[in-house]
Amino acid sequence: MLPSAFDYVAPSSLEEAIEALGADPDARILAGGQSLIPLLKLRLARPGRLVDLRKVGGLRYLREEDGGVAIGAMTPHAEVAASPLLAGEARALAGAAAAVGDVQVRNRGTFGGSLAHADPSADIPAAVLALGATLVARGPDGEREIPAEDFFLAPWTTALRPDEILTGARIPVREGSAGAYAYLRQKASGFALVGVAAVLEMDGSTCRAARLAVTGAGNRPLRLREAEEALAGIDPTDGDAVREACRGAGDAIESPQDDLHASADYRRSMTEVIAARAVSRAASS
Amino acid sequence: MATPTMPKQIGARVRRKEDPRLITGSSTYTDDLKLRGAVHCALLRSPHARARVLSIDTSGAEETDGVVAVVTGRDLEGEVGGLPVAHKIEGLLEPPHLPLAVDEVRYVGDAVAAVVAETAFAARDALERIEVEYEELDPVVDVEAAAEGGPLVHEDLGTNVAFEFPFEAGDVETAFRDAPVVIRQRLMNQRQIPFAVEPRAVAARWDRGHRKLEVWSTTQIPHLLRAQLSLILGMPEHSVRVVAPEVGGGFGSKLNVYAEEALVGHLARALGRPVKWTATRTEGFQATIHGRDQLAEVEVAAEEDGTLRGMKVRLLQDLGAYHQLLTPVIPTLTVLMLPGVYRLRNLRVDLKGVFTNKTPTDAYRGAGRPEATYIIERVVDMVSDETGVDPAEVRRRNFIPDDAFPAETCTGLSYDSGGYGAALDALLEAADYEGLRREQAGKRERGELMGIGLSTYVEICGLGPSAAMPAGGWEACTVEVRRTGNVVVKTGVSPHGQGEETTFAQIVADALGVSMDAVEIAHGDTDYVPEGIGTFGSRAQAVGGAALSLCLEDLREKSRKIAGHLLEADPEDVEFEEGELRIRGAPGRSVGFGDVVGAAYMADDLPEGVEPGLAATRFFEPPNFTFPFGAHLCVVDVDPDTGEPSLRKYVAVDDCGTVINPMIVDGQLHGGIAQAVAQALYEEAVYDESGQLVTGSLMDYPVPKSTYLPSYELHRTTTPTPVNPLGAKGVGEAGTIGGTPCVMNAVIDAVSHLGVRHLDMPARPEKLWRVLAESR
Repeated sequence: MLPSAFDYVAPSSLEEAIEALGADPDARILAGGQSLIPLLKLRLARPGRLVDLRKVGGLRYLREEDGGVAIGAMTPHAEVAASPLLAGEARALAGAAAAVGDVQVRNRGTFGGSLAHADPSADIPAAVLALGATLVARGPDGEREIPAEDFFLAPWTTALRPDEILTGARIPVREGSAGAYAYLRQKASGFALVGVAAVLEMDGSTCRAARLAVTGAGNRPLRLREAEEALAGIDPTDGDAVREACRGAGDAIESPQDDLHASADYRRSMTEVIAARAVSRAASS
Repeated sequence: MATPTMPKQIGARVRRKEDPRLITGSSTYTDDLKLRGAVHCALLRSPHARARVLSIDTSGAEETDGVVAVVTGRDLEGEVGGLPVAHKIEGLLEPPHLPLAVDEVRYVGDAVAAVVAETAFAARDALERIEVEYEELDPVVDVEAAAEGGPLVHEDLGTNVAFEFPFEAGDVETAFRDAPVVIRQRLMNQRQIPFAVEPRAVAARWDRGHRKLEVWSTTQIPHLLRAQLSLILGMPEHSVRVVAPEVGGGFGSKLNVYAEEALVGHLARALGRPVKWTATRTEGFQATIHGRDQLAEVEVAAEEDGTLRGMKVRLLQDLGAYHQLLTPVIPTLTVLMLPGVYRLRNLRVDLKGVFTNKTPTDAYRGAGRPEATYIIERVVDMVSDETGVDPAEVRRRNFIPDDAFPAETCTGLSYDSGGYGAALDALLEAADYEGLRREQAGKRERGELMGIGLSTYVEICGLGPSAAMPAGGWEACTVEVRRTGNVVVKTGVSPHGQGEETTFAQIVADALGVSMDAVEIAHGDTDYVPEGIGTFGSRAQAVGGAALSLCLEDLREKSRKIAGHLLEADPEDVEFEEGELRIRGAPGRSVGFGDVVGAAYMADDLPEGVEPGLAATRFFEPPNFTFPFGAHLCVVDVDPDTGEPSLRKYVAVDDCGTVINPMIVDGQLHGGIAQAVAQALYEEAVYDESGQLVTGSLMDYPVPKSTYLPSYELHRTTTPTPVNPLGAKGVGEAGTIGGTPCVMNAVIDAVSHLGVRHLDMPARPEKLWRVLAESR
């Protein structure tokens, strides 16, 4: 790797990291590097300074908190994928984490890194959106909570301020809910061509409420609200009913991605197919 | 050669001798070399597909910290010559191909300047400070547009057509007249980007005292490179040493003479310091040869029963912007192999090689033969589709029969040996073809999509007789038996993953009765290995191994003479088996090979006329190519909702003649089939209209992962070739050649009942999804 020159700091506390970030307008956070390093290598990213979070304590955890699950930003995808805390109601997130890259990437890449990078085809953002997570950021003025709904603004653009660091997320866990992540893989990058995270709140065999979020199809992760409404009140193990409810789900995507891997048409259409698969998988799990 | 009875190494699954050092990281690749005082080279490459270079200002780069030198094409004039193309094509237009472009750049990636700096970082930084003023010109990207005129890649030539290669055999007009079945189809062998895990790299050192240039390079052809560098750099050949250290995969992409090899050699000589260059992955994609990119318009005439009457093929080969070493030769191999395994007597081919503003194409695993096999194997499937005769039966009806070998083809080849029907029968039985067809019928009734693909192939290997090759087709070998009984083999076929250190040691062990551990296989260093051509065209075993066999035969002969003398017997009566030289019919009267070696070097008691020492050098000239063959079958399921094809089953019966090491042969097939699947389902080099390579990284160019592939079921028939003493035909390209049409035939078979006759590669999910949407 032959990147352009940059300063490198690896502070040992969050406060120092925030200070280091604020001191250089061209500073970037390094939180595993699975997206940033390739950009450095191609010189597409030319940060003046890298603030590496690897020595900052207290950012790598998965724990029960207030009836939900709290996840630290520096928790590697592999730990998210394997956590027993995410094996039940919040398994859409475990599924998304398991879909990231390959073993090496999942061991190095982090939960917070993926969210803050906000690649429009990344898996994790769809899951936190469907689960209604709250993201937690820390800046010079202290801690701030950002609903996942308000976090992803545009491709590679989030609601984080330049001097804020994403420290983690709180995942609400609703008793009796079910979830799954389904995706079509872009064969070269391994990112989602279309990925859908589904979270179903169940009332016996009936879906009381559903939350669906798609990644890869649009220019940022999006809720599929029409499909969500149509799913309410149906039996999600009834495949035909699920497919019917998800019909036209792709219409929710205002500006679909359109590239050599798939046309906008295909992505729209696959949103419907993959949404139905995610729901069916959630219902049968 | 007398065959030892026990313990036989040839045919055994011997573990690879080279693997421990490779998998423990204790081997040395070119980029691993630490040359004292080395400086690093980086190249500035054109961002435009076609542009005039108005000026190059290198002053900013020269002022960058750590920069030692900056050179442009003008600085090389009179110092470094053009890059070679080896061919025997009449009337071929050969525009100059300079290591650094002067005046005009012709593809994205064409190099215009080089920086040498104390560190690789500084070299890369300095590149950004070179200011090139370009006048952008309209590029020609599409091969048909280029053939018909279009902007000219090389204006001085007045045309983009570098050569025409018309071919006609038999009576094509009569074959087509009143033919009951005539099918026309456009078939595209899309452009692919070879991907070796080790990127290209070159290092060079100038030995001021001996006035000698040492060049380490990721090359498949060290000896050819030595000769070419001596010509390009204007030095005597004995003043150039080329070393191919460990080479991590090539697939033909390192069978070349590249700009960087000349440039780094020149810079080391000019600066008096070692110079090193390693390609970035981006350079690997843009500035290493690409493969395939051949457009075929095919017309075939057949009988109602599926018998082929004749074929007309119009081929357009996209050469890219320049000739590399074998660029124009590759599509001529396609012409030769178009008849495949079939009795096709009437054939007309109109091949044109056309320049475009893209990366040059050249040999990529299979090199011209996968293209031919794809064409003929799609053709027989289309004939099956049109006539309703089962695809296995169409093939059987057209096979060259067993009693026809050696079989002359209408393209002038003589297939050495074959048994095509037996390979197909073995395949159909192993795969339970009838059962699969029943399963498919059941699935179709339920609306599920399952396709069964067949391919029966023959390939031209063991390249080759010198008369048919652009730069010699022989191979050389030296075998030295050392005083203590160790054996050193110096082979010209420098491997880059093929496992010759194991297979050649197996051959030696059987011939001389020594342990494999007593054998060293040396390769890749032109100062140590006297001569050679290289490893490509599935030739290492069939030609390089044959040269080794000739050496071993000489050594056995001399050993018998010495043993006869020691035992006071006629050498004709000496048998040499398992390391013992015995008098026939006189048990107990024997000497060991070690005694013979001792006698050869003590030299105080040798028979009359026998020289001291025990060593041999031989050049093997193959009298013909070899023609490995086989039959492949696979099953592809297509997801009706997403169009995604998934390869579920792959069964192959391959015949590569004598097998030295079945494990290594299996490995070659595994890799070859993976690359076949890659072409059929995944890989395609895509350029946009402005000539930018859109698939310029692994984020966009899908080299398949192991998880995309099924387990293969491999079977073999064995039909040795009479062409060389080993009987080995070669296997390095078989999987790629047989596999691509097999997979595509399966994909198309999965949707053929919906009225689909053909789909172009790669079979991306969206293509199938559209077909399915249209059929609903």
